[in-house]
Amino acid sequence: MSATELTPILEARDVVKTYGHVNALEGANFTVYPGEVVALIGDNGAGKSTLTKVISGVIRPDSGELLFDGHPVQIGSPGAAQHLGIETVYQDLALAPDLDGAANVYMGRELLKPGILGKLGVLDKRAMKAGAEKSFVDLGVAVKDADAAVAYLSGGQRQGVAVARAASWASRVIIMDEPTAALGVVQTANVLDVIRRVRDSGVAVVLISHNMPDVLKVADRIEVLRLGRRVAVFQRDEATLENLVGAMTGALSQEGAR
Amino acid sequence: MSTGTPNAPTPPDVDERTSGGAVPDPTAPGTPAPAATAGQLAARLREGFMSSGSLWIFLALILIIVVFSIMKPSAFLGSYNIKSIFIDASVFMTLSVGMTFVIITAGIDLSVGSVLVFSGVIALKVMWALAGGATASTNAGWGVILVGIAAGLAVGAGWGALNGVLIARLDIPPLIVTLGSFGAALGLADVLTGGVDLSGVPNDFANTIGAGSVGPIPVLVLIAGVVTIVLGLVLHLTRFGRYTYAIGSNDEAARRAGINVRRHLIKIYALAGLLSGLGGVMSLAYFTTTTISGHETDNLTAIAAVVIGGTSLFGGVGSMAGTVVGVFIPVVLASGLVIVGVQSFWQQVMIGVILVAAVYFDQLRRRARLRQ
Repeated sequence: MSATELTPILEARDVVKTYGHVNALEGANFTVYPGEVVALIGDNGAGKSTLTKVISGVIRPDSGELLFDGHPVQIGSPGAAQHLGIETVYQDLALAPDLDGAANVYMGRELLKPGILGKLGVLDKRAMKAGAEKSFVDLGVAVKDADAAVAYLSGGQRQGVAVARAASWASRVIIMDEPTAALGVVQTANVLDVIRRVRDSGVAVVLISHNMPDVLKVADRIEVLRLGRRVAVFQRDEATLENLVGAMTGALSQEGAR
Repeated sequence: MSTGTPNAPTPPDVDERTSGGAVPDPTAPGTPAPAATAGQLAARLREGFMSSGSLWIFLALILIIVVFSIMKPSAFLGSYNIKSIFIDASVFMTLSVGMTFVIITAGIDLSVGSVLVFSGVIALKVMWALAGGATASTNAGWGVILVGIAAGLAVGAGWGALNGVLIARLDIPPLIVTLGSFGAALGLADVLTGGVDLSGVPNDFANTIGAGSVGPIPVLVLIAGVVTIVLGLVLHLTRFGRYTYAIGSNDEAARRAGINVRRHLIKIYALAGLLSGLGGVMSLAYFTTTTISGHETDNLTAIAAVVIGGTSLFGGVGSMAGTVVGVFIPVVLASGLVIVGVQSFWQQVMIGVILVAAVYFDQLRRRARLRQ
């Protein structure tokens, strides 16, 4: 895929974010092309989470620019990101544990009944349940009971609910922050399948992960952050475990990656 | 954001990549949902009791009623006694409905009784002012009465909204904000009245709302009943209710899902304030005076009722049906104990025990969940 000839869906330029004396991002760049899985990797404290939160509208950068489809945009809130078709699966999953799977998939975007009841704000619980179950099936995530509070589900199923929510609503970009960190071998393989399936449906996937084998399995492109800056960009066929680790630790540097 | 199409915000330059494919379309089953049948409604109610762990407390209420009914059937089940149980519960119920919403958001409102008193004082003062004094107020017409009621409700809602703004915008804990309001509202009521209960409540107001009936149902009970049913439906069936649960369950998740958490919290506290104002109007009509010193423990009674009804102090869990049971247990106990000749002080002892038991059950439920 000649991704580099396309206009990026999403581009972050020179993003700076400091927390007190800590410089989380020191002019970080990041690019997402249409229809790709791009992995964002880096050591602890490299700024991955902060950059993710900037893109998903959870925090505002101190300076820098975000481009969406080549146009400058402000992503000032999670709602603004959603409006652009960007969805995030947070590492903590950001689920409401007391609500059921369907309620979580539709949280903030509840379906209302048609007609006067809908005008009064009455929920269409049946349609939401059916829609959520369809999402679970389509994505191949096994959520046993769509009526059970999410707190009673296993870790893998909870992950499934969070992924289904993001995949149901993301029309352009889906960001997954350490989606396999808490999962076993089989569940991890499932999540990687889901990532490919989402990518094949035309939604770009940003994968944040510590797990290099996972990254090498699914990523079309890999961008490496180190100390708040992009230090390397690899196409899938150039990436090896050695040069990824080299870039993460600073042993390897790439001209022009910034 | 509220449209039914999940992939709605597709930019105009979208190509075939975003259509079709494996991205699920949650609206696909486009069949209009038929109205819930009675069976579904019953199932939903049962679910409401079960899920909040309040089934046992419902059985406890039934048991209490059965015991008193066997001991003193004629007195306890007499229409006079049943009517007074419902009247005693009506103001308390109104406050507890608001408290249910607040506690489901993982908040607390200690100010309900004081806002009730303050709203009642304002309502009566407005009636006085419009009628031209306390004496003339007694014979005031409906125009004056309605403006007074509106003033009471508005003051209650306003105070609640102020609580909400301090909690949601300034991030002051609800316990502290409403503890401040608890003192301030009562203090202001005392300042306005000189600490002496006011009279001069319009007769029409007292006779219609305070002592009137529609058929066999006292107006106070009717008001509380309508409030409970309508807001119960709002809590369990609408988006407003769903947001309430979502925020109480995980406010950060709700925020990231695009819910305006602050605005919703302000609405919740304003609602609690509005219901306190309504309680003030009801109390004013019933007692034909401001009852300044009679509501200092209303907050704790309402919190106890809501918690006994299975609503979790940690938020995210609770039901209106549970609150109804939680409201009636102390009222029925108080009434029954008097009838069977036991000192009514025992009611407080029993409520204390039931309250602690209710929270223990909630903890068991939460622990069972953590083990998953």
